[in-house]
Amino acid sequence: MTLSISTVEEKPERAPRRSLLSHPMGMLAINFAAVIFGVLVWATVTAQGIVGLPTPLAVAKQAVIQAKSGLLWTDALASLGRVFTGFAFGIAVAIPVGFLMGWYRIARGIIEPYVQFFRTIPPLAIIPLAIVTMGIDETPKIFVIFLASFLSSVVATYQGVVNVDKTLINAARVLGANDFTIFRRVIVPASLPYIMVGVRVGLGSSWATVVAAELIAAQSGLGFRMQQAQLYYDLPTIFVSLIAIGVLGLIMDRIVIAFDGVLTAWQEKL
Amino acid sequence: MSIKISFQNVSKTFIIAGQTSFNALQGLNLDIEDGEFITVVGPSGCGKSTAMNIAAGLTGPSSGQVLVDSVPVKGPGPERGVIFQQYALFPWLTVRENVEFGLKIARYPKADRSRIADRFVDLVGLSDFADSLPKTLSGGMKQRCAIARAYAVNPKILLMDEPFGALDALTRVQLQGQLLATWSKERRTVMFITHDVDEAVYLASRVVVMAARPGRLHRIIPVDLPYPRTEEMRLSPEFTALRNEVWRSVYHPAAA
Ligand SMILES: Nc1ncnc2c1ncn2[C@@H]1O[C@H](COP(=O)(O)OP(=O)(O)O)[C@@H](O)[C@H]1O
Ligand SMILES: [Mg+2]
Repeated sequence: MTLSISTVEEKPERAPRRSLLSHPMGMLAINFAAVIFGVLVWATVTAQGIVGLPTPLAVAKQAVIQAKSGLLWTDALASLGRVFTGFAFGIAVAIPVGFLMGWYRIARGIIEPYVQFFRTIPPLAIIPLAIVTMGIDETPKIFVIFLASFLSSVVATYQGVVNVDKTLINAARVLGANDFTIFRRVIVPASLPYIMVGVRVGLGSSWATVVAAELIAAQSGLGFRMQQAQLYYDLPTIFVSLIAIGVLGLIMDRIVIAFDGVLTAWQEKL
Repeated sequence: MSIKISFQNVSKTFIIAGQTSFNALQGLNLDIEDGEFITVVGPSGCGKSTAMNIAAGLTGPSSGQVLVDSVPVKGPGPERGVIFQQYALFPWLTVRENVEFGLKIARYPKADRSRIADRFVDLVGLSDFADSLPKTLSGGMKQRCAIARAYAVNPKILLMDEPFGALDALTRVQLQGQLLATWSKERRTVMFITHDVDEAVYLASRVVVMAARPGRLHRIIPVDLPYPRTEEMRLSPEFTALRNEVWRSVYHPAAA
């Protein structure tokens, strides 16, 4: 068989030329300079006694002490452990439920009112109820994190399924795909970018929730450490905990972004 | 010659907002012969896509039926290849994987699959881009990939909905020539929708002109130009006369 749809003279579009600022290393250098500048401002302001906050040096010393004693690591691990447990459960339940809601109208009708209702309640507001019904050990904290990550991921997954381009589904159907094939080979990959947005938001809200939950009721964790430091007016320790929370949150977010970059590399990004 | 596709009194009514009904297509009767190349033109909203989607089995008629090989269409099938204006490539699959998609569904063994895919990727001139993702291709290359994907499952009918509508004029003329060259060798039955009157006359043995509100068949204009069509024919007085006739019946249906 001969089919002569041959090469037409055309080239795919080229990426536009990059300026220094759009170069990753250039951007990183500027980010770094900005952080140094911020720390210098902090050092200047505190050294002059303008504000009653600890100096960067005092905070760094406290961080070294806590790192050496191992306290910083056990606190961080306690917080991370709660986040990952709750988050993993949340995602594991949210993705199938989100698919169900997107695929079957009946499932959407049944589940959506609950999701929308619980979404209007801040996860932390569940803590009193969770503590009363589940006790004061790890369960209520993990449950609240589960809820936070489930609620943000389930909506994203469901939106992803609903927003799958209809022509892609039709393209699969005319090539002979049945519903199961369409689900596996079109719906799942097409909704992945939405799911990743949900995962990212879910991880962010899980992290925020765990720290706050530890402030309220915990015997370990970065939030618990801050709460203890507050009782003793120990500002350097509060700073160490805050910075640790920020840095860990940032690292987790970057990891999700890196995963997303690999999983959805096919997307046309503007 | 036998009739390949037969529209029999096909109507389609859309219910808008649960109450107002809208006649997108009314009483379409049209027979397309085996191996024929027809084009469909008409003002926007006259039901061209609706008619094609019914033939493709992507939507059902409100009344009437479409027969393919004398059998009523009940749903989509791989013997009817469809090419969409928006290309509809799977963006997460490479060019080769897109072309293999239908073969995978038809459960071809892996070796056959990649052999067939390679051949069609090659035939549309995309060998150098076989492992590229659609986002790196130009519009013309995307549409060639979509054509390869449709051809790979060897359909007897091609339903094309303004496939070249989004392309620049030069690319469009080149793809028209290549489509005709392929068709003259393989004689698939082609229903080709376009809003470009030149394209409609150049490709078809008959131009089906539709009118809007309600969407219906207006006229069928036979194109008595021999195949193979050449670029010079576009400049001939016969071509010009036909084009003017189609133009008039599309844009001044009352005067025709
Ligand atoms: N799913 C739909 N729901 C409601 N109206 C529709 C739908 N699809 C098409 N229509 C209407 O039917 C008419 C014919 O549409 P279409 O077949 O796409 O026209 P064409 O392809 O000729 O431009 C248009 O007025 C369009 O708005
Ligand atoms: Mg249309």
